[in-house]
Amino acid sequence: MIAELGLAALWLAAALAALQLVSGALGLTPKGAALAGIVRPVAVVQGLLALTAFICLIYVFAVTDLSVKLVAMNSHSMKPLVFKIAGAWGNHEGSMLLWVTVMGMAGGVVALIERRLPERTMLATLAGQAFVSIGFYAFLLIASNPFERLSPTPVEGNGLNPLLQDLGLAFHPPTLYLGYVGLSVAFSFAIGALVTREVGPAFARAMRPWVLAAWIFLTAGIAAGSYWAYYELGWGGWWFWDPVENASLMPWLAATALLHSVSVLAARNALRAWTIMLGVVAFSMSMVGTFLVRSGILTSVHAFAVDPERGSFILVLLAIYIGGALTLFALRAGTVTEGERFALVSREGALVFNNVMLSAILGIVLFGTLYPLVAEAMGAKVSVGPPYFNPMGALFVVPMLVVLAVGPLLRWRNDRFGRVGGRLVIPAMLVAAGAMALLVMGGVSLLPFLGLVLAVGLAWASLLPLRERKLRRTPLAVWGMVMAHFGVAVSLFGMSSESAFSIEKLVAVNAGDTTEVGPWLVRLDGVEPVAGPNWTALEAQLKVRYKDADPVMVRPQSRSFWTPPQQTSESALLTRWNGQLYAVLGGEGEDGRWQLRLWWKPFVTLIWIGGLLIAFGGVLALIGRVKSDLRRIIARDRTADRRESQGR
Amino acid sequence: MSRLIVMLLAAIGLFCAVPSLAQEEQSTAPYAYRQLDDPAKEQQAQDLMETLRCLQCQGQSIADSDAPIAGSMRSLVRERIASGERPEEIRAWLIERYGDYVSYAPQLTSLTWPLFAVPLALVLLAFLLLRRRFRRGGDR
Repeated sequence: MIAELGLAALWLAAALAALQLVSGALGLTPKGAALAGIVRPVAVVQGLLALTAFICLIYVFAVTDLSVKLVAMNSHSMKPLVFKIAGAWGNHEGSMLLWVTVMGMAGGVVALIERRLPERTMLATLAGQAFVSIGFYAFLLIASNPFERLSPTPVEGNGLNPLLQDLGLAFHPPTLYLGYVGLSVAFSFAIGALVTREVGPAFARAMRPWVLAAWIFLTAGIAAGSYWAYYELGWGGWWFWDPVENASLMPWLAATALLHSVSVLAARNALRAWTIMLGVVAFSMSMVGTFLVRSGILTSVHAFAVDPERGSFILVLLAIYIGGALTLFALRAGTVTEGERFALVSREGALVFNNVMLSAILGIVLFGTLYPLVAEAMGAKVSVGPPYFNPMGALFVVPMLVVLAVGPLLRWRNDRFGRVGGRLVIPAMLVAAGAMALLVMGGVSLLPFLGLVLAVGLAWASLLPLRERKLRRTPLAVWGMVMAHFGVAVSLFGMSSESAFSIEKLVAVNAGDTTEVGPWLVRLDGVEPVAGPNWTALEAQLKVRYKDADPVMVRPQSRSFWTPPQQTSESALLTRWNGQLYAVLGGEGEDGRWQLRLWWKPFVTLIWIGGLLIAFGGVLALIGRVKSDLRRIIARDRTADRRESQGR
Repeated sequence: MSRLIVMLLAAIGLFCAVPSLAQEEQSTAPYAYRQLDDPAKEQQAQDLMETLRCLQCQGQSIADSDAPIAGSMRSLVRERIASGERPEEIRAWLIERYGDYVSYAPQLTSLTWPLFAVPLALVLLAFLLLRRRFRRGGDR
C-alpha cells in the first residue's frame, strides 16, 4: 500500500514537472502570460510529491517490507535500523529517487523564496529546472522503478554490502547528492539567464547561495568519502584517483571555479559569460559523475551498481541536457557581454587566473578518467592512476596556490604587486625556511616537498586579509574566505606529510610479541572472538605505547558478515595531535603467527580537518551572504512602505 | 540474559567464521606480507607497488589489496628489488607480461600520447586565454 502510494506520488510529480515546463515556457510568450502564475505553486507541489515518494521508500525499508523488490534485494530484517534506513539510498533506484527528490525540493525552494530576479528569468529558470527533472523522473519510472513489487514475497532479504554498513558511508552519498543536485539550480539559473539575456549582479546574488550550499555539501561529502575509504578499506590509502572519486572531484572543481567567478559577477559585474558557462559545466560534471558511477562503465572499487542498460539511458539524458545547454550558450553567448574590464594585477585578475587553473585541472581529471575508455574502444587496455594525476595536477595546482596566497590581498580593478609585497615577506621566509629544513632532512620527494613548503607559506598568507581590519566588524564572508583558504593549507600539509613521512610495518607475530613502528611500541596480547548484530569477528588486543606515555589498547577486527557472506577488516585508529596510528589485523599464518599491518601517519588527520575547515568557511560565507541579502530586502521593503505611506 | 545471547551468538559465529577464514585465500608467496630488511629497498618496492594495478580487483593497486594475485605480485616486486633490479625494469617486465593495464603510470606510446599532449595543450590554452583576456582588459 505504502509502496503504491510512493509510486503514485512519483508519477504525479513527473506530471507536474511536465506542467511546470510547459506553463513556464508558455508563460514567456505574450499569449501564454496567464499561465505564468501557476509555475511557482506547481514547482512547490512537485517538490513535496517527490519528497512524499522518498519518505514512502524510507518507510518500506524501515519496516523491511520484503514484497518490495528493492527491499528484498538490498535489505535484511536482521540489520540495525539505521542501516535499514540508509539502505534506502544505498542502491541504484533509491539513490536516483533521492536525486529527483533533492532536485524537486530545490526547485520548490527557489520558487518559494526567490523574488529578486525579473519574473521572466524566474519563469525560464523554473522551466529549465523542470526540464532537467523530467528526464530523471522518466529514468526512474521507466528504467528503475524503486517501488516494484515481488511475488511471491521472499522470506528474507539479500542484505546490504557490508562495506556500506558503516555510519560514514550511510551519510556520504546523500551529502554528495545534495551537492550534485544543488548545482542543478545554478544550471537552471544559467539557462534562465541565457533565455532572457539578463545577466548581472542581481542574478549573481540570486545564484550565489545555491552555488555556495552545493559546494559546501560537495566539500563535506568528498572529505567524508575519503575518510571512509581510509579507514574502511584497510590499507591506509585516502585517495586513489579512482573514477568514482574523480566523479565527485570534477563537480567540486567546477563549483569552486563557479563560486569565485559568481562572486566577481556579484561584486564587479564582470565575467558574465564565463560565469554562465561554469554554471552549465558544473552541473554537467555532476551528471557525468552520476553517469560514471551509475552505469558502472568504468571498473572501479566503488561500482556497486553495475548496469550498462541504465547507463545508456543516462547517456542519452546527458547528451540532451549538456548538448542542449551548450548549444543555447553558443547561440546566446555572443549577446552576453563580458562586463567590466580589469587589469591582470587585481583581485579579479587573480580570480580569473585561478579559475583558468581550476578549469585546467578539471580538464586533466576528466581526460585522464575517460581516456581508458577511449583506449579500450581502440582495442587496448590502459590504466591511468596516481603517477599520472599527481604530477599533471601539480602543474596547475602549484601556480594556483601561489596566486591564492596573493590574490585576496589585491584591490579590485587595478593594483600593484609593490603595494602588497611587503606583507608577503614573512610567508616567503617561511617557505624558504621550510625548504631548507626539508633539504637538510633529505629523502622527501618533489611533490610532497612542494606541498609542505607551500602549505606553510599559504597558511600564513591566508590569514593576512584579516590584518588591518577591525576583527569584530569584519564581514562573515571574509571570515569564511580566510577559513577556507587556511583549510586548503591545512589539508595540503596533511596530504604531503602523509605521503612524505608515513611509516609502514608488516609483521607476523605471536601473542606476547612486541614490534616497533615509528615512535610506537605495539604488543599483541591475544586474538579473541567477538560478535555484532549481523557479524562475528576476530579481534586483536594490541597494547600500544607512544614513546614513554601510558599504554593504550587498540582492537582492530577481521569481520565476517553473514548476509551476504563477506569479510571486511575493521582497522583501528589511534589519533594523537601529531598523527594517527593505523592498525589492521590480517590472517593467521600456518605457524600460528598473526599478520599485523601497522602504519604511523604523521599529521594525516589534517587532511580531513582541512576539508572541514574549507566546508565550514563556506558555511560562514553562506550565513554572511544570506544575512546581508535579507538586510537588503528588508531595507527595500521599508523604503517601499515609506513611499507608499507618503503617497497617500 | 542478553549477555548469554551475545555469547551464544559469538559461539555460533565463531563456528561459522573460522572455516570461512580458513577458506579465504591469501597469498602464501614469501614476501606478500613481509617487508624487505633494507629500508631503502623496501621504500623502492613500496613506491613501485603503489603504481601497479591489481589485476583481479577493481581499481586498487597491488599495495592496497588482499587478493592473492596482488600478494604474489608484491612478493615478486620485493624479490626482484632485493636482487638488485631497478623498479622501471620490473615495471617493463610486468607490462610485457600483463599489458599496459597493469601499470597506473601510462607509458608514452602511440596509443597514450594524447594523455601527455592534453596537459601541454591545456598549459598553452590557459596561457593564451589569460593573455587575450588581459591584452584587452589591461588598459584602464
